[in-house]
Amino acid sequence: MSQEDHQASIQGSGEPAKNGSPSASDEVGHRAYWRANVRTLLSLLSVWFFVSFGCGILWVDALNAYSFFGWKLGFWFSQQGSIYAFVVLIFVYVAQMNALDRRFNVDEDR
Amino acid sequence: MSAQVLTYIFVGLTFGLYIAIAIWSRSGSTKDFYVAGGHVHPLANGAATAADWMSAASYLSMAGIIAFEGADGARYLMGWTGGYVLLALCLAPYLRKFAKFTVPDFVGDRYYSQTARLVAVLCVVFISFTYIAGQMRGVGIVFSRFLEVDIDLGVGIGMAIVFFYAVLGGMKGITYTQVAQYCVLIFAYLVPAIYISLMLTNVPLPMLGFGSTLNDGSGVFLLEKLDGLTQELGMAAFTEGKKSTVDMFFITAALMAGTAGLPHVIVRFFTVPSVRDARISAGYALIFIALLYTTAPAVAAFARLNIIDALNETEYQALPEWFSKWEDSGLLAWVDKNEDGKLQYRGGAALEPVKPIFSGERGASGERLVSNEVGASANELYIDRDIIVLAHPEIAQLPNWVVALVAAGGLAAALSTAAGLLLVISSAISHDLLKNTLARNLSEAQELRWARVSAAVAILIAGLFGIYPPGFVAEVVAFAFGLAAASFFPVILLGIFSTRMNKEAAISGMLSGLVFTTAYIVYFKFMAPELNHAEHWWFGISPEGIGTLGMLLNFAVALVVMRVTPPPPESVVTMVRAIRIPKKAA
Repeated sequence: MSQEDHQASIQGSGEPAKNGSPSASDEVGHRAYWRANVRTLLSLLSVWFFVSFGCGILWVDALNAYSFFGWKLGFWFSQQGSIYAFVVLIFVYVAQMNALDRRFNVDEDR
Repeated sequence: MSAQVLTYIFVGLTFGLYIAIAIWSRSGSTKDFYVAGGHVHPLANGAATAADWMSAASYLSMAGIIAFEGADGARYLMGWTGGYVLLALCLAPYLRKFAKFTVPDFVGDRYYSQTARLVAVLCVVFISFTYIAGQMRGVGIVFSRFLEVDIDLGVGIGMAIVFFYAVLGGMKGITYTQVAQYCVLIFAYLVPAIYISLMLTNVPLPMLGFGSTLNDGSGVFLLEKLDGLTQELGMAAFTEGKKSTVDMFFITAALMAGTAGLPHVIVRFFTVPSVRDARISAGYALIFIALLYTTAPAVAAFARLNIIDALNETEYQALPEWFSKWEDSGLLAWVDKNEDGKLQYRGGAALEPVKPIFSGERGASGERLVSNEVGASANELYIDRDIIVLAHPEIAQLPNWVVALVAAGGLAAALSTAAGLLLVISSAISHDLLKNTLARNLSEAQELRWARVSAAVAILIAGLFGIYPPGFVAEVVAFAFGLAAASFFPVILLGIFSTRMNKEAAISGMLSGLVFTTAYIVYFKFMAPELNHAEHWWFGISPEGIGTLGMLLNFAVALVVMRVTPPPPESVVTMVRAIRIPKKAA
């Protein structure tokens, strides 16, 4: 996936298309939109990886040395914290994508 | 009123409700039958997705597994929620924009190939049947324990009820029954958890309660007490894991990618009106799911504590009433190894083989005797993990109506998932196999009839799986995830994120992932189960986590094959560009 993302990112360039522009500049806008989309995904997915695979699995023993209320910290991340983080991530994604859609003028007609 | 009468009432009421909804929301067209007409409100779709998603494994088995495995149970918690992030970010919005009916639709169109479509149909049917076996088993367990009917008859009743609303209502019927089923199951899961949390810690929210101090005046944190007790009894400390880090990593990854690649979950996002709705609806779904998933580990910790408290060092005659009831259904067993008439609950397996084989005779204290060898450990207790959620309200001595409620919730969880899976199987047959491959001139009415016939046949086969189950409920489901991760996830992801991805790469990737994963699982589970230990596993990865390796293989094969074979036709590239943009083409 990463290589393709990279290719996709390199392809995109140019400014967002203006409303009612012809299809050539639409396509340029669409590529820039896609590049911004992939960037948003990658940053959110790195948080996703950090809280679950990172704090919940890879570093769980190290984090268990600390206590968080009545939990060991690593245990809390793996059984509670990561899930809360996932929920927040999806809502951040929704907000960011809706903003991107509007900025690049590709949101659905309502 | 007795718990059993109340259970009959609750189960009867909820079944009546599901049937009423099914009649109200009958499907009139194939679009209704496959994707509920494509106009389900995102909030309703969120609730339906949550019910579709949370199966007998989530509801009945997960807390039980965590109760006995402690920290290792986290792989299910993270795996089955984290996959939603992948689904919401990487797949759902684009598949919604694609706007067809099924996952094989996408695979077939994106890879301009009937072969790819057929491989996808094969994967869908295979994954869904693996998964559905566990659901029917769950239905059987609830029926046999709470309504005291035979487990096979229970499976039969479950089949009949799903038959009614899946065959009649299709996706439209399923969606609205799933919304109702979500409400039933989450209420039934939270009520006892809140009760027990209050009893143990005075904190009403279970997800906070299990990190609080006990209210017995000791001021000790609940988990601290539990860690101490488990270690004292020669078991692993509750908050310490026994699985290796690499295995935890691979299993969690397989569950996540599998979640994102499960056809019956993906197809739910075809039912909302727009891309924007698909995005937000994944968010709603995860909130609904997280409610149960953050409660489950709390239930697990409470249950483990309560079980030790209620059973350990207690004389058989003085054991609570629920013990003999579950003993009668074969899910608990006691062997008086040291012949002191008291139950010792310790680390290690009590019996060899692990599951009890009852001899039909009674022992000195009145217990059911088993003909197993007794294991080397001092442990005298066998507990089936699947009963934790069902038995916990009784263990904690909650009122009868709560006990009855839990049974209705368990049925809701199992039936909603089974219905979703059946629909996917039926649409794979009638839409992808018949309409799009074998019999292209099928009329709308004929296709709809075939959809119903294949749903009916699928229910029968699923019922057989329920009566002759291939293992623990959750374990069976876990393999379905490995297979979904190794087959669908990479081809769908690459199909969206790479315009260069072609049919040769997709087919070879899917097949290599699927064959590799299946072979590894079949080898360790069926051909050489005696070798199923960490020292024989590749890189220390258990069959449960091998789907991740299968997925990486799929990616690797696809990326290599893609570079040495011709690019996809221009029309496909245009289609991929179009699904990346939410706006409809002019």
